[in-house]
Amino acid sequence: MLEIKNLHARIGDAEILKGVTLTIPNGEIHAIMGPNGAGKSTLSYVLSGREGYEVTEGEALFNGENILEMEPEDRAAAGLFLAFQYPVELPGVGNANFLRTSLNAIRRKRGEDELDAVAFLKLARAAVKQLAMKEDFLKRNVNVGFSGGEKKRNEMLQMAILKPHLAILDETDSGLDIDALKIVAEGVNTLRDETFSALVITHYQRLLDYIVPDMVHVLAGGKIVRSGPASLALELEASGYAGLEAA
Amino acid sequence: MNALPTRKLEAWRYTDLRPLSALSFGAPPVAVAVPDLPELPFPRFVFLNGTLNPTLSTGFAYAKPFAAPPTFGSQPMAAINAEHVGGGINIEIPVGQDAGEALLVSQADGVTPFAYHPRHRVTLGQGAKFTLIEIDEGAGTYWQNAVFEIEVAEGAVFQHFRLQRESMEAFNTIFIHADIAAGASYEHFTLTLGAKLSRTEIEANLLGQNALAHLNAAQLLGGTQHGDFTTIIRHKAPNCPSRQTVKSVLAGRARGVFQGKIEVDQIAQKTDGYQMSQALLLSPDAEMDIKPELQIFADDVKCSHGATIGALDEEQVFYLRSRGIPEADARQILIRAFLEEALEPVTHDASKALFEEVLESWWGRQ
Repeated sequence: MLEIKNLHARIGDAEILKGVTLTIPNGEIHAIMGPNGAGKSTLSYVLSGREGYEVTEGEALFNGENILEMEPEDRAAAGLFLAFQYPVELPGVGNANFLRTSLNAIRRKRGEDELDAVAFLKLARAAVKQLAMKEDFLKRNVNVGFSGGEKKRNEMLQMAILKPHLAILDETDSGLDIDALKIVAEGVNTLRDETFSALVITHYQRLLDYIVPDMVHVLAGGKIVRSGPASLALELEASGYAGLEAA
Repeated sequence: MNALPTRKLEAWRYTDLRPLSALSFGAPPVAVAVPDLPELPFPRFVFLNGTLNPTLSTGFAYAKPFAAPPTFGSQPMAAINAEHVGGGINIEIPVGQDAGEALLVSQADGVTPFAYHPRHRVTLGQGAKFTLIEIDEGAGTYWQNAVFEIEVAEGAVFQHFRLQRESMEAFNTIFIHADIAAGASYEHFTLTLGAKLSRTEIEANLLGQNALAHLNAAQLLGGTQHGDFTTIIRHKAPNCPSRQTVKSVLAGRARGVFQGKIEVDQIAQKTDGYQMSQALLLSPDAEMDIKPELQIFADDVKCSHGATIGALDEEQVFYLRSRGIPEADARQILIRAFLEEALEPVTHDASKALFEEVLESWWGRQ
């Protein structure tokens, strides 16, 4: 699904990623943990194509194609989804309209028929219900006046509707209470199958109680310094990152 | 001809009429081409090169013969209009009558530069209702210098929606004077897309309690276009609300101007005035000048005004793109969202649909 090879990236003069190598096979969920400033968010932005990051070396193959060469919208059409750490507010843009425009843009690029308003609403209402969200969610402006938890749920709603092949969750758990955390986890777990992989970026072990990863990687100083099974997360929770940063 | 105002006048500081005074304009030629008319199922007045065309126009029960105009003191463009005025509509809606809507189309074909100076009058009796949709359009070089005189009697509602999509070589100046009586409303919206240089100037007098003025506008300009929206709202009675939302989207080297003056007389207690002007600059060479002015002589009033000028938020663009929406579409969605607040008060469905449609085609041009 995703093969990151020796990825180096910088913002301005500061090198943030210093040779990240990571493979996520089909159907697996991997977690990336690490201290603040390790490059976790940079990795998610570089993979999703945000401007301002310069890739100086390496590649990221998504189903065999180097996505680093692609526009952000083409990465989305290829099946990549970034759940933002800080979802952006869009005043004047209705949530339902946004979701439908997004879904249809992706369907168009994939050569599939666009959904009309009725078919879309049916799909969206079902997704809203499954995520235990209020129906007026669809009528509100995108993320405007949403609480932190509502914004994260809205990311999960988008993910449920766009059905990506690879989801990157960038600290989606930050600022969430346990109930919201469970909903985010369920959003990921319901998509879990052979055609869906996820990269869960988190600072804390807590989310991984609900989304049990196949692998845990530790990112420190711009490199993966350790990889292991789900139990590694518990170990880090107990010992902290201090010993790893020097590695 | 009375002289054109110069930038030495405070009210004309940001709009330089020298491109207009550099040209010499002849008398309007007789129109030959049969124009395309908007497909709106309303009674219509069609002016071609400034003359009412009886074949293309339909009857309207409340139309009166053109009347000799009064003058408007010191407003310089109105004075020029009064010197040259050739025609215009004169509508009187009787007391209590809901007159529905009518369409006013002004088309010009400026093969050689010409000027025309229409004078329109709309009067609503007590409790009457009327919606006027105005479309200014044409080809070539010409100057339309219009004056509107509006009277809205007690409890009447006049909705005035304008689409200015003149030729890119044209000049469009309009002066609107509205007297609004107690409990009456004047709801104005202008969408400015066309003309090399345009200025919409509105003077609205709130003359009785609970009189309401909405003076909203959106302008989308590119190239070297210049668009000016200037308003004066005079609160001359207590308890009157006024609302202004003005949104400018400026590309290329376009320049936008908004001057909004609110005057609150000593007796106009409990005035509720709101004014917001926002500009989106799509290029580093675009320019916006905003001048809000509050003159308040009453002591118990609520008047707020605000102004912002900025570029599209790249975080928002990236968010949309990360959801599969192509960059050009993402920018279009955000610009449309920016305009939403100004369009929101256009509650008349057919007018709203017209504005939506022309906005769609504006994106195509950019």
